[in-house]
Amino acid sequence: MGKKVGVFVCHCGTNISATVDVEKVAEEAKKKYPGVSYATTYKYMCSDPGQKLLRDKIKEEGLTGVVVAACSPKMHERTFRNAAVKTGLNPYQVEVSNIREQCSWVHQDKAVGTEKSIDLVRMMTEKTRKDTSLDAIKVPVTKRALVIGGGIAGIQAALDIADGGNEVILVEKDASIGGHMAQLSETFPTLDCSQCILTPRMVEVAQHENIKLYTWSQVESVGGYIGNFDVKIRKKARAVDLDLCTGCSSCWQVCPSKKIKSEFDTELGNRTAIYIPFPQAIPSKPVIDKEHCLLYRDARKKNIPPEDSKVCRKCYDVCPIAPVKAIDYAQEDEIVEVKVGAIVVATGYKELPNNVYGEYGKGKYQDVITGLQFERLASASGPTEGEIRRPSDGKEPEIIVFIQCVGSRDPAKGCSYCSKTCCMYTAKHAMLYKHKVHHGHAFVFYIDIRCAGKNYEEFSLRAIEEEGATYLRGRVSRIYKKGEKLIVLGADTLTGSQVEIEADMVVLASAMKAQDDAEVVARTLSIQYDKDRFFSELHPKLRPVESSNAGIFLAGACQGPKDIPETVAQASGAAAKVMALLSSDELEREPVVAKVDRLPPPVFSTCIGCFYCQRVCPYGAIEQEDIKARDGSVIKTVARVNEGLCQGCGLCAATCRSKSVELAGFSDEQVYAEINSVEFN
Amino acid sequence: MKIKINLNERSSDFAKEVEKRSGIKVKECYQCGKCTAGCPVAYEMDYMPNQIIRLVQIGARREALTSRTIWLCASCITCSTRCPKEVMIAELMDVLREMALEEGLANPSEKNITSFHESFLNSVKKHGRISEVWMLNEYKMKRPKTALQDLAVAPQMVVKGKLSFVPHNIKGKDAISRIFKKCKPK
Repeated sequence: MGKKVGVFVCHCGTNISATVDVEKVAEEAKKKYPGVSYATTYKYMCSDPGQKLLRDKIKEEGLTGVVVAACSPKMHERTFRNAAVKTGLNPYQVEVSNIREQCSWVHQDKAVGTEKSIDLVRMMTEKTRKDTSLDAIKVPVTKRALVIGGGIAGIQAALDIADGGNEVILVEKDASIGGHMAQLSETFPTLDCSQCILTPRMVEVAQHENIKLYTWSQVESVGGYIGNFDVKIRKKARAVDLDLCTGCSSCWQVCPSKKIKSEFDTELGNRTAIYIPFPQAIPSKPVIDKEHCLLYRDARKKNIPPEDSKVCRKCYDVCPIAPVKAIDYAQEDEIVEVKVGAIVVATGYKELPNNVYGEYGKGKYQDVITGLQFERLASASGPTEGEIRRPSDGKEPEIIVFIQCVGSRDPAKGCSYCSKTCCMYTAKHAMLYKHKVHHGHAFVFYIDIRCAGKNYEEFSLRAIEEEGATYLRGRVSRIYKKGEKLIVLGADTLTGSQVEIEADMVVLASAMKAQDDAEVVARTLSIQYDKDRFFSELHPKLRPVESSNAGIFLAGACQGPKDIPETVAQASGAAAKVMALLSSDELEREPVVAKVDRLPPPVFSTCIGCFYCQRVCPYGAIEQEDIKARDGSVIKTVARVNEGLCQGCGLCAATCRSKSVELAGFSDEQVYAEINSVEFN
Repeated sequence: MKIKINLNERSSDFAKEVEKRSGIKVKECYQCGKCTAGCPVAYEMDYMPNQIIRLVQIGARREALTSRTIWLCASCITCSTRCPKEVMIAELMDVLREMALEEGLANPSEKNITSFHESFLNSVKKHGRISEVWMLNEYKMKRPKTALQDLAVAPQMVVKGKLSFVPHNIKGKDAISRIFKKCKPK
């Protein structure tokens, strides 16, 4: 065999050479390591001349394996492997030994650093001697994308992808797309009307020939892998035939259940049982709320099919569509199966509910409302048509108190993070209030004002300087009711005093939380989430829109609290990633994947079928394969790795009890060779 | 007010010292002021509760230990209960009181309170519980100016059987004395 290994030690300027005697490392390698036929050092191996040196020496010295001792392989492994490919060497014969992040940067003593580098390079040399040539895995790509969530993130991503000429399936769990942005009144820092800028985008979605919209639907399951996802979508029965219905509004006008709290109006307004969430809804076709509809309630009580109930059929009777009416009480859930190449997750956030803080009334004071509720009050399409009125008695509040960081930055209540948007929207609320109630007084309790964004600082100062909101630096300890007033006990730490305000209304800048079903979605998609149940991006700086599962991208507040501009930017970023993925017919994937051994009969595989690997695999890449005899009878069931899904983490190989799984490029033989090469003193 | 910070006073060690003695992570306080907002006795304090923590954070030993606030705190624990960062503020006041006494920095204008604390503890030490008559007796001896204070209610209390001149001892007084022994400052 006799592989000829070349060792190239990088100085990285002084990043490495200040704490590691690079010359000595190269010398040691040449003199003492078996298999090393050439060793040298260079100032910057990643530079053009550095790469040229690598290429030249591979040719001149006839090297069949290369170890570059430099920074983390996450940085330049690809650089060096691509350089080697140009000389005809298989890229997987090139290894990087990390002597920067894991050595020079963490040591001060040069003798220690040098010693450790020598060990690290020796280990990598041993592995390289046992490296096998690997070929990239090719997988086909389905040129269609799935976008989950029809808020502004999902809308933006869907439109961008569709404009790029690809088919998009947009799935929304509510009756209409629009999400939280449709509920907002005005948006900071420009104070333009949220619905006015959102609804044109919603209409675009509805009209786009490349977008297939599924509202009142949820993703049931996702199988497959990058480029080839198999998705099942559950179209929940809305009891209205979307193809027949024209959205004429007759049905919801006659519906007798008129006092149902509207979710869209944050329970400040009412809706009917057959309803569209808001006038500009897309699709502008109703859905029946089966929990509250008299007919469905009667059917449940009598345990009969809904179409047999005779309690109330007003919507059916009034429906003008003929000969078949658009209302269909017997409609059932439908499962749609689609194949997509990429997925964008844009499932958004949930506002912290009002009942978390006992000291703020635990939701029992009607006039203590959340930020989103204030948005509905201030919105021209809201329950008060834009007039700021107390929910309890409809009076105009003359003293209003805004409390920031309710739920945010409060580890005792479960979120330690900053919700990022509240400082700005509270400033906006104070302004909107002053615009509508000129003689009113607005007080804002804050801990810090965090307005880092284009024109944001100016906006928040405008609330104080021009609009006359009084900012008090402190948190509120308690709110209680005294007659018609709400007594707010706060502090102003800048004067070192307690502050007691007799307020008419209190608005809590409630935290942005992950959706209740975030974990379920994460499990369905096999993507990771953080301690706050927001979905994790692959790298906090360099891969902000990719999830931990290849081919699945993140957009908007499902990844962390975000305002609209940031959400839209991330959605467009995710769309760009999707388009890059869908632009090729075939995908090349790193061949560093696990493999379960296959042997000739009668063994077939040493796998004993315990499927521990299946349990530990974070990517759902382990499948069960039946090994069958000629007559079709199953001889044994063994594990198989789906190469498309496998990310090469090695958990299965480490877990396997019968040593049947091996990770390409990281075989047991290689890993043991590395370990054995360390000289233990 | 000017807070002087220099190496001689080893001011920077103060926060660490308090954290070590109390087990309370003073540095975690981000000064939101919720403790101050809800404090029922803050109106009498010279420093607000959040300011006391701030003094500890920046190592202003003298200012913190000589403050009246630490003696006025009624230990109602509203602050600790509502603190978003779960800083045990009321408990911290206890530790500061101890330190103030040890270092002879206790605010002289709050001598009544320190004497009351001492009399209370002495009574518990002796009887395992308080004996109102003897505790007040000790207190009023220590603070003669208070001798006539609240005296008018005494006859009524005697009639209602609330004041007993013979102190009652609890069972297991030895356990109480063991507690006192263990808590004795080293």
